[in-house]
Amino acid sequence: MRLKLVPDNVDFDWFKHARLTLGASVVAIVLSIVAWAVMGLNFGIDFQGGTTIRTQSEQAVDVGAYRAAIEPLDLGDVAISEVFDPTFGENVHRAMIRVQAQEGAQSVQEETLARLEAALQEIEPSLQFLSVESVGPKVSGELIQTAILAVLASLGAILVYIWLRFEWQFSVGAVAALFHDVILTIGIFSILQIRFDLATIAAVLTIIGYSINDTVVIFDRLRENLIKYKKRDLRDVMNLSVNETLSRTVMTSGTTLIALVALLVLGGEVIRGFVFAITWGVVVGTYSSVFVAKNIVLFLGVNRDGNDKDRKDDNPFANVET
Amino acid sequence: MLQIPLWRKVIIWAVVVLGLVLALPNAFYSRVEQANDARAEIETLGATPERLAAASRWPDWLPSGLVNLGLDLRGGAHLLAEVQVEDVYESRLNGIWPALRDGLRDARDTVGTIRRIDEGGAELRVRISRPEGLPRALEIARGLSQPVSSVAGLGAQSLAVSGAQTGDSAVVTITLSPEEQAASDDRTVRQSLEIIRRRVDEVGTREPTIQRQGEDRILIQVPGIGSATELKNLIGTTAQLTFNPVISRSADATAAGPGEVVYPSLDEAGVYYVLERTPVVTGEELVDAQPSFDQNGRPAVTFRFNPTGARAFGDYTAANIGSPFAIVLDEEVISAPVIQSAIPGGTGIITGSFTVEQSTELAVLLRAGALPAELSFLEERTIGPELGQDSIDAGRLACIVAFVAVLIVMAASYGLFGVFANIALIINVGLIFGLLSLIGATLTLPGIAGIVLTIGMAVDANVLVFERIREELKTARGPSRAISLGYERALSAIVDANITTFIIATILFTLGSGPVRGFAVTLGLGILTSVFTAIFVTRVIIAMWFERRRPKTVEV
Repeated sequence: MRLKLVPDNVDFDWFKHARLTLGASVVAIVLSIVAWAVMGLNFGIDFQGGTTIRTQSEQAVDVGAYRAAIEPLDLGDVAISEVFDPTFGENVHRAMIRVQAQEGAQSVQEETLARLEAALQEIEPSLQFLSVESVGPKVSGELIQTAILAVLASLGAILVYIWLRFEWQFSVGAVAALFHDVILTIGIFSILQIRFDLATIAAVLTIIGYSINDTVVIFDRLRENLIKYKKRDLRDVMNLSVNETLSRTVMTSGTTLIALVALLVLGGEVIRGFVFAITWGVVVGTYSSVFVAKNIVLFLGVNRDGNDKDRKDDNPFANVET
Repeated sequence: MLQIPLWRKVIIWAVVVLGLVLALPNAFYSRVEQANDARAEIETLGATPERLAAASRWPDWLPSGLVNLGLDLRGGAHLLAEVQVEDVYESRLNGIWPALRDGLRDARDTVGTIRRIDEGGAELRVRISRPEGLPRALEIARGLSQPVSSVAGLGAQSLAVSGAQTGDSAVVTITLSPEEQAASDDRTVRQSLEIIRRRVDEVGTREPTIQRQGEDRILIQVPGIGSATELKNLIGTTAQLTFNPVISRSADATAAGPGEVVYPSLDEAGVYYVLERTPVVTGEELVDAQPSFDQNGRPAVTFRFNPTGARAFGDYTAANIGSPFAIVLDEEVISAPVIQSAIPGGTGIITGSFTVEQSTELAVLLRAGALPAELSFLEERTIGPELGQDSIDAGRLACIVAFVAVLIVMAASYGLFGVFANIALIINVGLIFGLLSLIGATLTLPGIAGIVLTIGMAVDANVLVFERIREELKTARGPSRAISLGYERALSAIVDANITTFIIATILFTLGSGPVRGFAVTLGLGILTSVFTAIFVTRVIIAMWFERRRPKTVEV
């Protein structure tokens, strides 16, 4: 008895609800951008500068008391939150304290840290500092630049690669799908106010990598089928290609999600944000490969001149000027 | 057809076995780690029975490379320091001042009286009382310039000299030329790097990372150290030792004239010394410093200069018997003894109110050499060992659960072929660890996530092949033909899909740092190994099974 996630010989029309899926994508993108503009992102210290302290105590965390202890130090914006995780033992209570970058300082201020630690230890003698991380504004500014550069470089590199391997319509479709994924990821981080830091950027790039992987498999089949069925309607060939690869799409996304959910639940709170971003991206990326990338290719049309097709297989540059 | 030549089979299995053997030490992490440490100690400190026993716990004919654990897994401190390279310009200019002064004095008839009017910093300015002597003064100043000794600055001069006439006097301004500044910056950062490395090595922690980043930054990561503050104290933000002539003792902190500095006394509150800005000798000329005791039995530090330092120190002490000179450490006067006699041998003793610990620490600092410039810290992170251990435990559990779940799904979906893919998946994870150990990569928490992600995605290539075989079975003539067609036709999708992901991993590796880089490494290696196992390993397994069984029909 085999596990069959997708029945044999699926014959599903993926464009039947094209308007609906397109509308959903547009709405989701608009919502994400609005959330981004209105609520902003909960930047971690990597991008904003400042200090994050992770504490552990035997008694339950009293956020009010912590705040009262820190207030007299006059450190500006301080955020305190208790951290929960199913893997914690009985008398383990953790909190995360974030202090904004102090004004006028380009680098890290040591005495501020020392005062902060002393003040907290006074109200809670059992308090341990699991980690203390501090980033100066100078570095955080550069990290933002690097992050933006990394995302743009990835998108650019993929645009060029797909262009060389397929045709420009495919490459536009693929990169549009990637933009869709990136913006939706930023959107969910903004709506849920999950901490957005360097690891999140790594997650976004991973999403780009995963999503393009998915898209390329469908495109590859599409390219093959376009040669095989020269006379058939582009829309039909696309449906055929998605249906033929559907089993693989579901299987790969399925195993990846199984692994990610295991990590999300059991991997500990330190990387939860990172894993959440990738999990979200796998879902969104699978959706966008099926519903966004190829719809754009259909919209742009493909040059199906027979002679051209034959040449293209030998020479990936042949269609560049189309 | 499905047959694979013997030599290819041999190569494929050889690669697999090699990878797994390289990964083997990681399965016995603490045992191998202890054995490695013991061997390193035997090498440097000599053999003891305990060390030999510890070393013998891991046979030396087996590979002993381990995956390094990143700070976020092991705990420790991380610092990103920026070297204040401009600090050095001032001391360089101070260094040429005596020669310039002597040169201008010799030409007193042409240039008139001279006076240094700058306040330190990156400019040396001298006022001469006769404006008509300016060309001669400029010539003297240029005479002190030397060709820049770096490749980039070839042919350039070290000093930029300019003159300006102001009323009835003229001012000569000397700065370091841009080429010399670049050469000096590079030297300063390299020197700082070396000194930091020596100081960190003195405490002997395991595998510290000390790297230059960009133009003027240094990344320091030390596993196992208690906190970033501790690490900073160890590095010592500055430990500048100089010996300066004393002009006067005063209670006023603002009594400095041009070319002079005022530093407080280390142990007498409210006492300040007015000193000449240009030191006689600096700590850079020291070759040795040891903690010791003075004739009254109080802790002290003895030191020895190199020949240049010894000559300068000897000449100065011979010429200034009876006047005091100051021993200055980090802009504080440790002591200001009166010179009793010339000190020609280049050795001396620093006394003051030290404790034994302080004198030992001072000796270490002096021996390691002073940092040529101050460091400012742009980033500092301390990760406690408990948090790291939690992360390892959680990551390991997540890995096992993810692994088992994926194995079950694969076997349930593809039957026997799924089992083949599972064998390949297990080999795949082994190969990732083997490669990580081989290149000495560092495993970080996001890196563990990268491995888990790879477990999920590694089956992709197999799934592509298996799905394709299923399709080919419907049309192709026999199972053997279907299988080889399946591999052939799935190849382009596998290659395209993995190259794009590999591009991303490369970009992450290039632009990222620390944990992100660790993630990029595992992701990239995971792609390589998963493509290798899917294209070659499963294929060999299937081919071997097929040859033995010769099935009439295949169900994938």
